Amino acid sequence: MKGVNGKLPIRVSVRRKIFPAVGTREAQLVLKDVSFEVEPRSFLVITGPSGCGKSTLLNIIAGLDTDFEGVVDLGPAKDRLTFIFQTPRLLPWRTVYENIALVLPDGDPRLARIPEMLERVGLGQAMNAYPERLSLGMQRRASLARGFILEPEILLMDEPFVSLDDPTATSLRELLTELWHSHPTTVIFVTHDRAEAIQLGTRILRLAPGKASVAQDVTINLTEAQRHDRAAILAEQNRIFAA
Amino acid sequence: MAGSLLALAVLWYVIAVYAQNRYLPTPLAVFDVLLREGANGELWKNTSATLARVAVAFVVSMIIGTAIGLVLGRSKPADKFFDAWLILFLNLPALVTITLCYIWFGLTDAAAITAVALNKIPNVAVNMREGARSLSKDLDEMAKVYKFGWWKTLRHVTLPQLAPFFAAAARSGLALVWKIVLVVEAFGRSSGVGYRLSIAFQEFDVTTILAYALAFILVVQAIEFAVLQPLQSRVTAWRR
Repeated sequence: MKGVNGKLPIRVSVRRKIFPAVGTREAQLVLKDVSFEVEPRSFLVITGPSGCGKSTLLNIIAGLDTDFEGVVDLGPAKDRLTFIFQTPRLLPWRTVYENIALVLPDGDPRLARIPEMLERVGLGQAMNAYPERLSLGMQRRASLARGFILEPEILLMDEPFVSLDDPTATSLRELLTELWHSHPTTVIFVTHDRAEAIQLGTRILRLAPGKASVAQDVTINLTEAQRHDRAAILAEQNRIFAA
Repeated sequence: MAGSLLALAVLWYVIAVYAQNRYLPTPLAVFDVLLREGANGELWKNTSATLARVAVAFVVSMIIGTAIGLVLGRSKPADKFFDAWLILFLNLPALVTITLCYIWFGLTDAAAITAVALNKIPNVAVNMREGARSLSKDLDEMAKVYKFGWWKTLRHVTLPQLAPFFAAAARSGLALVWKIVLVVEAFGRSSGVGYRLSIAFQEFDVTTILAYALAFILVVQAIEFAVLQPLQSRVTAWRR
């Protein structure tokens, strides 16, 4: 099946993922029969309560966790994958600029675009600062810039805006939307924040608590304008999560 | 710091003058010997011989100790198996390794340096094992996702995390190594500060003993301040 733009969708099919027993803790079934496809350049949000296996699923898709039963087929896009982690994961002993430059090969033409990218995420002044001297919000911006400088085909994000104050989270969400529009890419975004899920996504996949499987798979019907309208977001949220 | 050292010197001077004993010379007498030994070339000859041994033993122990520490820190089975060995070598008295090395390998510089290194290696290994254990899995995954490759990962992710442990091992290492080198020299070498001290001991020449001790402390302090401390503050410059 060919997707939009002549590109292949991402296929994820996890039959079983178990955390093995450690010490006195029993083995735990984390994911069971979680299968879905993601259309190219769509924005899939995966939600569900904490502990339902969202992050584990993302690690499996990213290839960081290979100990599972099932198949992940990212197609040719797999070489252009970026993962924005829940914590910024910047190298504290390298400056903001160096942290971003390090993800590019030596002599890459994109190196010249780093200052512009940092300007865009509001870090133009902090280019030569060490990450630990910046606020968490600023570190998150740097981590977004690092991911976007690669112009990824697939962008995985694991609750990238959690534990930020409201205004900061909102401005980062707007930044993400803006970056996504200027460079469309397939996004898989994990969050437990329902409003965030509705505002950002084109489709929602809900994982069921305790059952370790998919509970619901719905398309979000919002226009671009409605995504800035709290009432519209709330209405859509009620429609989807009431089910 | 200068004030407190000066106070110590004054205290020493007062006690020495009061005691009037040939086994407790005044700081001035010690300084005189220091000048005499410096003028006739003995001080330089012995100090440089000792420093050369310290340098070689230090470098060898740092390299081997680091390698062992990293392997033990990264591999659980290796750590489980070799932990007992490490504890054994950590508790082996320096005197035992020194006498055994001289008996087995002869009274040579190689035996002397081996003995010193054997005393220091377990210490470095324990330090570096701690460093290897604390390597961040998060940053490792980041390097993997962003396709750093092994060289970039080593240089920008792994080594900077190990640097503080390495610096700590180096500083405590220098202090330990030079003390053991003196013992090794006193036992079975015919040059170096340790050798000179053992001669002075046979003559009960306390003034010379103190003069050499003083000279060597000054040299080691100079290395500490001029090399190790700047190095440590450089590798930790990024800290808040």
